[in-house]
Amino acid sequence: MYLLRLAFASLANRRFTAQLTVFAIALSATLLLAVERVRVEARMSFANTISGTDLIVGARSGSVNLLLYSVFRIGNATNNIRWSSYEHFANHPQVKWAIPLSLGDSHRGYRVLGTSAAYFEHYQYGRKQPLELATGRAFGEDLFEVVLGAEVASKLGYTLGDEITLAHGVATVSLQKHDDKPFTVVGVLKPTATPVDRTVHISLAGMEALHIDWQNGMPAYGNAKISAEQARQMDLQPKAITAMLLGLNSRIASFRVQREVNDYSGEPLLAILPGVALQELWSLMGTAEKALFVVSLFVVLTGLIGMLTAILTSLNERRREMAILRSVGARPWHVGVLLVLESLLLTVLGLVLGLALLYLGLLIAREPLLSLYGIYLPLNAPTPYELSLLGGILLAALVISVVPAWRAYRQSLSDGLSIRV
Amino acid sequence: MSAVLSLTDLQFAWPQQPLLLDIPQFELQRGERLFLKGPSGSGKTTLLGLLGGIQLPQQGQLTLHGTALSQLKPAARDHFRADHIGYIFQQFNLLPFLDVLGNVLLPCRFSQRRAARAVERHGSLENAAAHLLNHLGLPSELHARRADALSIGQQQRVAAARALIGSPELIIADEPTSALDYDSREGFIRLLFNECEEAGASLMFVSHDQSLAPLFDRVVDLQQLNRVSRPQEV
Repeated sequence: MYLLRLAFASLANRRFTAQLTVFAIALSATLLLAVERVRVEARMSFANTISGTDLIVGARSGSVNLLLYSVFRIGNATNNIRWSSYEHFANHPQVKWAIPLSLGDSHRGYRVLGTSAAYFEHYQYGRKQPLELATGRAFGEDLFEVVLGAEVASKLGYTLGDEITLAHGVATVSLQKHDDKPFTVVGVLKPTATPVDRTVHISLAGMEALHIDWQNGMPAYGNAKISAEQARQMDLQPKAITAMLLGLNSRIASFRVQREVNDYSGEPLLAILPGVALQELWSLMGTAEKALFVVSLFVVLTGLIGMLTAILTSLNERRREMAILRSVGARPWHVGVLLVLESLLLTVLGLVLGLALLYLGLLIAREPLLSLYGIYLPLNAPTPYELSLLGGILLAALVISVVPAWRAYRQSLSDGLSIRV
Repeated sequence: MSAVLSLTDLQFAWPQQPLLLDIPQFELQRGERLFLKGPSGSGKTTLLGLLGGIQLPQQGQLTLHGTALSQLKPAARDHFRADHIGYIFQQFNLLPFLDVLGNVLLPCRFSQRRAARAVERHGSLENAAAHLLNHLGLPSELHARRADALSIGQQQRVAAARALIGSPELIIADEPTSALDYDSREGFIRLLFNECEEAGASLMFVSHDQSLAPLFDRVVDLQQLNRVSRPQEV
């Protein structure tokens, strides 16, 4: 205990280098914890993108591809699925609910999703949270109504009653606009921190109406044009959709229904389990994530080596200090322990400061991170995992501190009581 | 009078070097004040290392307070030294980051025997340190100062208090006055004598400064004590 006080007093005497060392360790610890927190939360929010859905069904392609376009609105479907196939499985005895998804249009870079009222009823994310409207209502009364995701509304500054024009295709700069059939904003969803926030939702019939007069992928001209008013009077039953989400009566049925979908004789279809596909996709990105972790580990190592350097450099000019301690009765191992304690003190102070910096950073960066990247960082106490990381740093410091401790031990053995300047 | 320290047929050489010390017989009596004269290069530092048990003689006996140092294990020798010897060095031999009191109390942190003896005589460690410091002419208001805030002369008196606390049997002072001006040397030595007497300690005062020699009970020249004759170094 007295040695600890001695180590502290000696460090306080070398305040400037000690502070720098503590700061370096603090920064490296903050970086490691921040990277870990973002990593864990990103994985969590990734895994929470969709929940409550038992199967995702689309045209036959890869499972990651299907997941990307149906849930993350990234990329495009290789093919559509027929409306008859949708009806076949929507009415399957094991299927509790079905959400049709129709993609392909966009609005100023945000994807347009054609779907049914079932979407607002059954779609879930996170820990089985349903979608909620911040303002307005779901579409349904008129053909040309739109419900915006939270980010679309806030970024583009739309409020209820605004009229927007959708564009054909998904390029940010769209040449072909559906400007003959404007949509009215009737609802805005609450933020979910999932791709839903970046989606423009319309009804399947609205989606169909947009393209009813299109032929061969080109808009109609002159007399062939069908106005919005005319479209309202027509039968707008879609012939095809892009994908569908299925909720089953029991999860146990998942595999059976999945096999049934995959063996469906009407057309080649693919059914995936969202959890499995999400994991598959995450493992693809896992390398980058691991690289980030490894880099932050190296930063911690750099911090500790900085401490090692500072202590080793000080050893020579502290020979006098060691000799004085020896002359008043300190054993060589006292001197060694003194240096181990010194390293541990520096590291503990660094870790405490690092935690303080982390929470300060979280306080500042939380809001922007949530609104810009949809990453929600909780302001909770350190998790056991984070504490074990800090413990690991302390352990590494302990191991590293053996180097100066051993040198000081040898030095004080050979120097003895003779004081050298 | 019993001997606190006795050397018999002591021989020492550094590895791969010719014999440096060969002392047939030397004794230091209890309460004796000895002036050990030795110019630099005469093996003085080595002898002090031997007395402290840092190095061991190749030949002969070194007995301190009735115990043969060479029969102790290194850790026990360290322990023994801490219990029975107090050191004063030339200068800068205080820890600058501790206050005066903290420096004086250092030996009591590493030697239970000296801590116990200090408490026994003065009630508490702090009292013991304050008593010594006051006797050595350092007023109480200086006791909480950082050691490096004192003058050299004051620092040497702190070092003396540190060597004396817990009443070790032997005080070894290695050129303690070389950094002091001439007038204060004698004053310092007289204070040291008084305190050694009060603590019942023997004093081995090592110096090349002969002008101080007449103050001591006995003067020994290391070059005459040592049978190894060496060419005088410049």
